[in-house]
Amino acid sequence: MAVVEAAASAQVADGMELIQLEAINKVYGSGDAAVLALQDFSLTVSAGESLAVMGPSGSGKSTLMNILGCLDTPSSGRYWFAGEDVSRLNETQLAHVRNRRIGFVFQQFQLLPKMSAWRNVELPLLYRNVEDRRRLALSALDKVGLGNRIDHRPNQLSGGQQQRVAIARALVTNPDLILADEPTGNLDSASSRDVLAVLRDLNEQGHTIIVITHDPEVAPVAKRTVHVRDGRLVEGVAA
Amino acid sequence: MSLFHTIETGMRSLLGHRLRSVLTTLGILFGVAAVISTVGIGQASSDSVAARITSLGTNLLTISPGSTFSGGVFGGTGSGNSLTMADVTGLLDRQNAPDIAAVAPVSQGRVSMVSATGNWSTTVSGSTAGWLVTNTRTLDSGSFFNATDVATRAQVIVLGSTTASNLGVGIGDLVKVKQIPFEVIGVLSPAGSQGFGNQDDLAVVPITTAQGQLFGGAGSVQRILLSATSPSTIGSAYLEANQVLLQTHHITDQSQADFTITTQTQVLSTAQAVTQTLTILLASVAAISLLVGGIGVMNIMLVSVTERTSEIGLRKALGATPGDLFRQFVIEAGTLTAVGGLLGVATGLAAGYIVPRAANIAVTITPLPVLVAVSVAVAVGLVFGVYPALRAARLAPIDALRAQ
Repeated sequence: MAVVEAAASAQVADGMELIQLEAINKVYGSGDAAVLALQDFSLTVSAGESLAVMGPSGSGKSTLMNILGCLDTPSSGRYWFAGEDVSRLNETQLAHVRNRRIGFVFQQFQLLPKMSAWRNVELPLLYRNVEDRRRLALSALDKVGLGNRIDHRPNQLSGGQQQRVAIARALVTNPDLILADEPTGNLDSASSRDVLAVLRDLNEQGHTIIVITHDPEVAPVAKRTVHVRDGRLVEGVAA
Repeated sequence: MSLFHTIETGMRSLLGHRLRSVLTTLGILFGVAAVISTVGIGQASSDSVAARITSLGTNLLTISPGSTFSGGVFGGTGSGNSLTMADVTGLLDRQNAPDIAAVAPVSQGRVSMVSATGNWSTTVSGSTAGWLVTNTRTLDSGSFFNATDVATRAQVIVLGSTTASNLGVGIGDLVKVKQIPFEVIGVLSPAGSQGFGNQDDLAVVPITTAQGQLFGGAGSVQRILLSATSPSTIGSAYLEANQVLLQTHHITDQSQADFTITTQTQVLSTAQAVTQTLTILLASVAAISLLVGGIGVMNIMLVSVTERTSEIGLRKALGATPGDLFRQFVIEAGTLTAVGGLLGVATGLAAGYIVPRAANIAVTITPLPVLVAVSVAVAVGLVFGVYPALRAARLAPIDALRAQ
């Protein structure tokens, strides 16, 4: 059921180009203090693909994640997301893109502590005025195997369970892209395996997934791996 | 995000910090309650001053003589003896002064009185039959002296109720003033203390008797009381009295006038200006406490924004627009002040009910200060909520997410 629902409402068909970065530059600061975080960075990701972005800290992968996630805009270059140039959008327009098309999974889970699991999962739906939020939230929790934990608060859940709630929250809007930033960075190895298995399942069900990580054990969750070094793309080279 | 969900989100976050929300609300609560009750007390005292002065007669005019001037020294208003019985006669002329209903000259002094059973000191006024009307008094028993008594220097006296009971006398009894026997012909109805001395402790005799046998100074009077025909004709009565006196005193230049005419309205507006100033002073102090409450709201909202930086970042990542976050924080601040304001109204009204009963201080609550206090409280909340809300709305999502 989950597969059908996901495929039916995804906005970009499998195999089409979902993401196209064209000669992206990102500069922080100005003058002598300017730092070039991304240089002439180009990348294409097709719908339905799973991609691991690897690189050591300071390589520019966080910057890449911010730009891919529409949390930040490039200094120059073009970013086409599902055929739309999102590199020149204002804050409010970017918020809409994030809300409708991107699901985030963060290293720190980023769950609101005073809300139950399903209230956390419901959050992105509140920002797009969807009816039937509880049913959608429960269905997303079900997909990550937490159908029996809907009323638990984050502090009543293990780290792995919390991250799965976060994945359910990323999933609930049925986004074009699930963007996971070091999703296992705060988890033990057993929980890590659980979370990675969930992400792999979601990809098999048709979701496009990009995982940003420095951990070589995480990269195999994706079928394709790219490396970032000094703000440049190094495709296919081993870490 | 719909307004409903924005409000719901705001409420959840306020309830999440219950103690903090309650304390912030208290600042506004006491500010509003203070404004309402102080303005209420000021209003009540202003009303009571007005009521007391009105009871003295709003159509009353008082003419005082001008200043003495001897050896280069002015004695001040009222020190001269420029007013005479001739002025009184002139003012009684219906032809020249159609809007003057009654005229009463007054010459008074403090005297000792002795009756068969006791003695008492009080103020004796020499006047005419017009005294009763101009002072808006009535008789409890007996009668007032008439024009014949004044003309014949009759040795008759009318007493205030307190004076009569202190002397232990009634109608027909004799009291001695400066060894001269007076027959008590009337006792006034009680008027109560009017804030300007006890109106029931006094005595009135014909002015001719007073001038001839008690104080001397025949012909001159200390003051002349006038009654206009109605409160609405007080202005024309004023002009007529002025004209008559200028003529009888042979004065052509108004600035040289040797008399002053005052109305109760002037006294009233002076007294009201005083209580109004006091009310404004009190209300300002209360308003400052309201302002302090508002700054408290801003302070708490700023703390809240800082504390919830990562929550704000998360909400932004999940699709909250800057507008969504701005509205959420303004609504939180607005709710704190609106709730504080409403509870403040309740407290203010409760104070208005309890204070008069517990402390014998009158409080008059009128709708206007209540409305103003609540509107100001809510406006304060919105104004002081805007800056923290803007900070929240402008946070960059990546920076906000990074904060832990």
